[in-house]
Amino acid sequence: MNFTSPEFRVKVGLAEMLKGGVIMDVTDAAQARIAEDAGAVAVMALERVPADIRAEGGVARMASIEKIEEIMQAVSIPVMAKCRIGHVAEARILEALQVDFVDESEVLTPADEENHIWKHDFRVPFVCGCRNLGEALRRIAEGAAMIRTKGEAGSGNIVEAVRHLRAVQRELRRLTTLAPEELVAASKELQAPLELVQWVATHGKLPVPNFAAGGVATPADAALCMMLGAESVFVGSGIFKSEDPARRAAAIVKAVAQWQDPEALLEASRHLGGGMRGLDVSRLTPEEMLSRRGW
Amino acid sequence: MVGVLALQGDFSAHRQALAERGLVSCEVRKPQHLEGLTGLVLPGGESTTMLKLLDAFGLQQPLVEAITAGLPVLATCAGIILLAEEVRHPSQPSLGLLRVAVERNAYGRQLASTVAQLQVTDELPTPSLEGVFIRAPRVVRVGEGVKVLATRGEDPVLVRQGAILAATFHPELSPASPVVALFADMVRRKS
Repeated sequence: MNFTSPEFRVKVGLAEMLKGGVIMDVTDAAQARIAEDAGAVAVMALERVPADIRAEGGVARMASIEKIEEIMQAVSIPVMAKCRIGHVAEARILEALQVDFVDESEVLTPADEENHIWKHDFRVPFVCGCRNLGEALRRIAEGAAMIRTKGEAGSGNIVEAVRHLRAVQRELRRLTTLAPEELVAASKELQAPLELVQWVATHGKLPVPNFAAGGVATPADAALCMMLGAESVFVGSGIFKSEDPARRAAAIVKAVAQWQDPEALLEASRHLGGGMRGLDVSRLTPEEMLSRRGW
Repeated sequence: MVGVLALQGDFSAHRQALAERGLVSCEVRKPQHLEGLTGLVLPGGESTTMLKLLDAFGLQQPLVEAITAGLPVLATCAGIILLAEEVRHPSQPSLGLLRVAVERNAYGRQLASTVAQLQVTDELPTPSLEGVFIRAPRVVRVGEGVKVLATRGEDPVLVRQGAILAATFHPELSPASPVVALFADMVRRKS
């Protein structure tokens, strides 16, 4: 893997700029403006927020072009959009539309149940979800310039994101303690390329920024992700499924910026109004778990 | 001790670049973090987010006072947008401490982001310089007392006004950047 090529540096460069920030799911220009006014570092343009995808069912696809364009015209911050896992054509269309980042996302219905997109072939940077280090490294091997946890999108429940963040950090720490010959076995176990396993063992971190996503509903949830080693936070349904989206969005931005300061977190947590209702993830069937999608 | 504004953006990359030049740094998230600094970095990131958080955490005025008092500053990308006296595309408020006008996202969206070779003037003692441009702004007007240290084609991309060194690109993302070295010299001379 060549992490020093100009193309890859420029992709990871944008991910670096988004660190310490909040990326918000939006479905139209009005929501995008609310997100930008609240201090979002980027918005994710999509047709329905994950909670609605979950409730309504059906095939979830890339958002309509008009919707994404409307959002791109409404704000000056970067605009991301989702394509289905393995849907090379949707990704090419989003690249031609000049979105700033593509999320190859388990929130949409997968188009390929074996393969993800070979992302090195694209000039637009990609972000991909993961549940553990092996999955993260496979996505990086395919060319992802940013990794996020999957969490459980649209659940309003942080438990899965915590599970995935902890899994990645635990496996990262473990690799730094292994002898060179043990890294070969670790590579086999993680189902990840040895070269990347060796890189991670030497540096003790992923070669691309590592963000959190899936189930963030409160400023405290966002701060928790930062405490567990996330470098930024995606918020999906948690904002626009709450009583006062503008207020909650601004509070989550403040919580991510000041996650080390309990007094600031206390201030950010006041007068938020009602949050999204949320789901007990342990009651979902495996088929209902979006985080099981992706390979 | 060099403070790196850490409300949002690539502040970790800056701290790493400073460490490679032998400078100890700390993160600035509150007004009290500005006390006793010998230099200040305004990193890349989203300027709209930083402006809101500067205001929310009461950092704007203390920052203006520290910079006006002559603290050496390195500002990159969003940093130059924060410092500029005029911001266009769209127009937005700023600290107004650097006599330039900048246009945000002037080269286009992420697909226009690139690593470019720059032309250096005599003010910067280095034979070659690369610039990592990420959704970069463009300096569209250079005011009195502002020296241009490097250009990309016709565009000024690295400028200096007294103790302020400001770039539209990201020297912190280039290995061993002469721009970070120059800033380290400015900090050492001052302290």
